[in-house]
Amino acid sequence: MSDLQSQDYVRRSASTLTPPSVRSHEDEVAKLIDVSRCIGCKACQSACMEWNDLRPEVGHFEGSYENPADLGPSVWTLMKFAEHENEQGNLEWLIRKDGCMHCEDPGCLKACPAPGAIVQYANGIVDFISDKCIGCGYCVKGCPFNIPRISKQDHKSYKCTLCSDRVSVGLEPACVKACPTGAIMFGSKTDMKHQAAERIEDLKSRGFDQAGLYDPPEVGGTHVMYVLHHADKPSLYSGLPDKPRISPVVGAWKGFIKPLAVAGIALAAVGAFFHWITAGPNEVTEEDEAEGERVLREADAHEPEKSP
Amino acid sequence: MALTRREFIKVTGLGLAASSLGMLGFGAAGVAQAAAVRPFKLTHATETRNTCTYCSVACGILIYSMGDRAKNARSNIIHIEGDPDHPVNRGTLCPKGTALLDVVHAPTRLKAPRYRPPGGTEFKEVSWDFALDRIAKLMKEDRDKHFIARNAAGTTVNRWTSTGMLAASASSNETAYLTWKVARSLGMVVFDNQARV
Repeated sequence: MSDLQSQDYVRRSASTLTPPSVRSHEDEVAKLIDVSRCIGCKACQSACMEWNDLRPEVGHFEGSYENPADLGPSVWTLMKFAEHENEQGNLEWLIRKDGCMHCEDPGCLKACPAPGAIVQYANGIVDFISDKCIGCGYCVKGCPFNIPRISKQDHKSYKCTLCSDRVSVGLEPACVKACPTGAIMFGSKTDMKHQAAERIEDLKSRGFDQAGLYDPPEVGGTHVMYVLHHADKPSLYSGLPDKPRISPVVGAWKGFIKPLAVAGIALAAVGAFFHWITAGPNEVTEEDEAEGERVLREADAHEPEKSP
Repeated sequence: MALTRREFIKVTGLGLAASSLGMLGFGAAGVAQAAAVRPFKLTHATETRNTCTYCSVACGILIYSMGDRAKNARSNIIHIEGDPDHPVNRGTLCPKGTALLDVVHAPTRLKAPRYRPPGGTEFKEVSWDFALDRIAKLMKEDRDKHFIARNAAGTTVNRWTSTGMLAASASSNETAYLTWKVARSLGMVVFDNQARV
């Protein structure tokens, strides 16, 4: 059971005040996707659309098992199929459930300029608060995994919520519940890591020497983790980033340029105030007036042909 | 309202200063926000157990319908998910099963028996009475004509091989038992049904 109220926020986009996190006792949750057990049936995709009332338009065949062709405002999770020839010359069909990774250090939240449009709860879920979203698309640029998509209908950004509505009443996300092979699991992050460790040991005993957990430290770890048979090469799995990095532009803008600009504005205001105190407003004296009149007259005298 | 140029600059300057204060951290950014999580949609839904309509694996499903079945409200199915108490699937479902909601509400869903007379070109909707009477009549006719009571060796076999039964998978154990008894008691041997698995 998780409380997902404002008291449970640990991060809030574009806010200068840190949320109070008064309920920090909460366990961090995680979804564990065991890629080696996935059969690519897409029950998770179907369950996600059913639960979240998403019905994307029927698309066209794009020459791939991926259907729809890409994530979208109504497609929050998508099975991605990659064919890989291993060292022995055998085909490996690497199927990965793509979707929001719920990063501990979310690039989308960092990049977001709308106060409170992206929040992170104490249990780790990164949620988009749609009524505060301004549809600028910064989250798309900020995401190291290329997940959020902007709706053309209401110009707001959408992605997986980790079924925060189900988690808040103590249920597992819809995709987790549906998965017929048990390849998707849900629980506390600690439990999921234990579960993954057991599975990785099992995979190693079956010849997958490079089996491992994908919980990239570059984004502080994620609340959606993968068990991969080739953890040394995550990019084999339809371009899962080997080292996910939040774009340096986001860091430069939020960490350097924006604070500098704010400091500049503040300094200008303070400077103007003290100038007003010390020097006072610019008064026009009798002498100034006379001097001005004289300059005007002289100008007229020098260029009489131009005067009207 | 008449403003001199100087007053106008003063007012706009004040506005700019006030809005800048928010950015500098003096605003009400920390004020508690209303809970933004989508409300849980099954809070007062009626939960009904059933069996998935698709294949013979016969997964258990939970059908959620709106409301509390009060007299003046009409229920509507709003969500279907796996039944965790069902030994076959223990809460899981396949992609077809998870999409059952759209089967329930499909405009093309068959809701009444349809009949195309011999030589006809189009199906038309008929009543259950008509359909059941006609099926029973034809079954009896065919059974009377083709029933095999004994084989060539004279052993009693009670076979009816000229009519078969093909029926749905969405049967509970009890329905399957009854279906089996009905079909077999007629001597029917061409028979595929949930009762097979």
